[in-house]
Amino acid sequence: MSEPRFEPRIVAFFCTWCTYTAADLAGISRMQYAPNVRAIRLMCSGRVDPQFVLAAFRDGADGVLIGGCHPGDCHYQQGNYNALRRFELLRLMLSDFGIEEGRLRLEWISAAEGDKVQRVCNEMTEQVRALGPLRLVRGPRRRPRGTSGQAEAERGPGAVEEAELAPVLEMGGREAR
Amino acid sequence: MLEPESTRPPAPISSNGGPKIGVYVCHCGLNIAGKVDVKAVVEFAASLPHVTVARDYKFMCSDPGQELIQQDLRDGLVNRVVVASCSPLMHETTFRRATAAGGESPSHFQMASIREHVSWVTADGDEATEKAKALVAGAVRRVALHEVLEPRQSPVRPDVMVVGGGIAGIHAALTLADAGKHVYLVERETTIGGHMAKFDKTFPTLDCAACILTPKMSAVRAHPNITLWTFSDVVSVEGFAGDFRVRVRHRPRYVREDLCTGCLACIDACVHKHGKFDDEWNEGLSKRKPIYIPFPQATPPVVVVDRDACIWFKTGKCPRTCVDACERDAFDFEQTETYDEVEVGAIVLATGYRTFEASKMPEYGYGLYPNVYTSLEVERLLNAAGPTNGEIVLRDGSRPRTVGIIHCVGSRDAKHNPWCSKVCCMYSLKLAHMVKERTGAEVYNFYIDMRTPGKGYEEFYDRILKEGVHMVRGRVAGVTDEAASPEEEGHLVIRAEDTLIGSVRRIPVDMVILAVGIEPQPDAQEVRRLFNISCGSEGFFTERHPKLAPVSTFTDGIFLAGACQGPKDIPDSVAQAGAAAAEALAMIDRGHVTLEASTAFIDEAACSGCKTCVGLCPFGAITFDDERRKASVNEVVCKGCGICVGACPSGAAQQHLFTDAQILSEIEGVLEYV
Repeated sequence: MSEPRFEPRIVAFFCTWCTYTAADLAGISRMQYAPNVRAIRLMCSGRVDPQFVLAAFRDGADGVLIGGCHPGDCHYQQGNYNALRRFELLRLMLSDFGIEEGRLRLEWISAAEGDKVQRVCNEMTEQVRALGPLRLVRGPRRRPRGTSGQAEAERGPGAVEEAELAPVLEMGGREAR
Repeated sequence: MLEPESTRPPAPISSNGGPKIGVYVCHCGLNIAGKVDVKAVVEFAASLPHVTVARDYKFMCSDPGQELIQQDLRDGLVNRVVVASCSPLMHETTFRRATAAGGESPSHFQMASIREHVSWVTADGDEATEKAKALVAGAVRRVALHEVLEPRQSPVRPDVMVVGGGIAGIHAALTLADAGKHVYLVERETTIGGHMAKFDKTFPTLDCAACILTPKMSAVRAHPNITLWTFSDVVSVEGFAGDFRVRVRHRPRYVREDLCTGCLACIDACVHKHGKFDDEWNEGLSKRKPIYIPFPQATPPVVVVDRDACIWFKTGKCPRTCVDACERDAFDFEQTETYDEVEVGAIVLATGYRTFEASKMPEYGYGLYPNVYTSLEVERLLNAAGPTNGEIVLRDGSRPRTVGIIHCVGSRDAKHNPWCSKVCCMYSLKLAHMVKERTGAEVYNFYIDMRTPGKGYEEFYDRILKEGVHMVRGRVAGVTDEAASPEEEGHLVIRAEDTLIGSVRRIPVDMVILAVGIEPQPDAQEVRRLFNISCGSEGFFTERHPKLAPVSTFTDGIFLAGACQGPKDIPDSVAQAGAAAAEALAMIDRGHVTLEASTAFIDEAACSGCKTCVGLCPFGAITFDDERRKASVNEVVCKGCGICVGACPSGAAQQHLFTDAQILSEIEGVLEYV
């Protein structure tokens, strides 16, 4: 029997005004695409805190996709530019961690571009599938089932061996609150 | 700036004991259940932490579906609600309301989109079920951390702005004004009326365009509730639904609108004895003077001086006979741009369309052969107030004996515009009828498909067929003046494949009419940025929902009317304008809008006083207290984007319903389930 195909898990952060709406449009238009991308709705791509991306990788994502409005189209004037700047810095940082460039992607997708959601999700799934599972951790790759994520403090000793990203997440005293 | 009626209390977290989460999975008929194993999702949801109730139902948005939620809330079985169904953009409001009706804070609700994001886009049922579980897990994780938020309301100003004075804008403005609201109607041309004012007759009734339009134009001018600003543009829009501040620029006419009576004596008196400059209103088919009025019923009936053409402006040397002719002393050559700023509760955009530029299809010879016309030019020729007083004549003054009308110019064409412009078949039939009636010419219509849906439209087509207009089914390959036979000499030859008889035909004609399609305005992108709405890549403004919210936009308080949203004929534009006016009225008469719940706030204990957030806020909503070295967010001004929250290095800035903890939990949730 052949090895089951690797199904990457991709967390997506979609701006509600453009990319999330475009994903709705893809749905209304019944555009079929890879089921690997799980979208989290935010009000603006400018809300994407770099720690969300790091947390996603730590928690088992093989890829992270950020979808925002085209330059000049931000509902809040400039949030997508903030997203772009953070994205560029994050990319540099991730490569230091050994996380391949292809695992993080930023796309401008307007509310009318349902077909682009389909294309980007398919492309990204294939790209991350080709990269293989993210082997970033020494211990068990996934967070053990049932571990509460409600507060960093509750995470217990499991978290230490889980992710080398932990120190970064703690930088600046940032904790989930 | 209006003060909000209620301000939010500081966000308490979980004031109602530990989370007891109810998960409700919707079948949406077979829309979800046809792909996703709903029972499996329910079973999975029941196993998640804090979930006390997990149910499924055929239509959660129906009354019995909502009642399920409310009953569980009332029975104390749950205090937080997750509905896994369609997109939150569709029914979040519905279920928040149901949650509130059950006695719980509407913010103790989260939606998982397992229709638009799962069942409709996933081919494999098992994969769809797994993805649905992941999204439900994300929603359950995050709703456990949702805080209690009281909805905030803001009052709505009663005035409305309508942008664009074509038939759609006129109808919207009159409807609103008749309802007692004050309307600012802004038009960038010197007169209202739009494209409709250029037509002679309208299909399918063949009633005179001017006879039905000009009374409405006069009504706009006379209406006590309408402030009409022509030759004006919107330059900036600030604020939000219910409280927009709009700045409007008035360009100088060099004639005072309050004094000019439209007697037109100045035009006769101009030192130019004859028109010398292309008359835009007549599509360049006639010449006008530097001082002109587009057409006799222009509203307002005020002349305008073309600064680029006027000798006084160009040389400073002109006897200015126009000024002497004016009995009202209405001239003011010192006029400059002026500005007005108004505050309105709602805005209706009715900015219209332009027609396809025919010279982009050189195979049809527009601009090369003088007797190739666009449909809009022929509308002007047919118009009794047009350049030929309603005569259909060629450029040399002779009457055409054969006329070819080419449909779908620029429309349904992969090289140009893929869409159907909707009106061209019908107006081409109208033009065929009128040209035949006025000239007795043989008329050939070249069409791809005849599209005549609409009341009385197919009947009109039948009538035209009976009148003996020739129909050739096939896309025209080209227009040429190269004769291939003696009878083609001196004519334009239309080459087309007649797909009904299966052969290529060459038909010699005297006049070619290009039925140019409808396109977005060239500045549609700038306009929609100005009003913070979205449009498709082609430039037509995007409605909030194609079927359920066809005149709303994603920006509350901004509504759409007419062809700026997509190709439309006059009846459709008027109907849509009425709908847009009704939506604006509903908002105004309700008296308040519910403000964005997801505003930012600062946890002062964590704020390090770095001021990163202050400069980032696009709306100036964050102020900094220099004494205490703490930032604070003005929640009335805050639009809830979360840009400051994403940037805060100490986690002090947070966003209601999008706190770091909530989003991090959602991330864990969607990843928890493989």
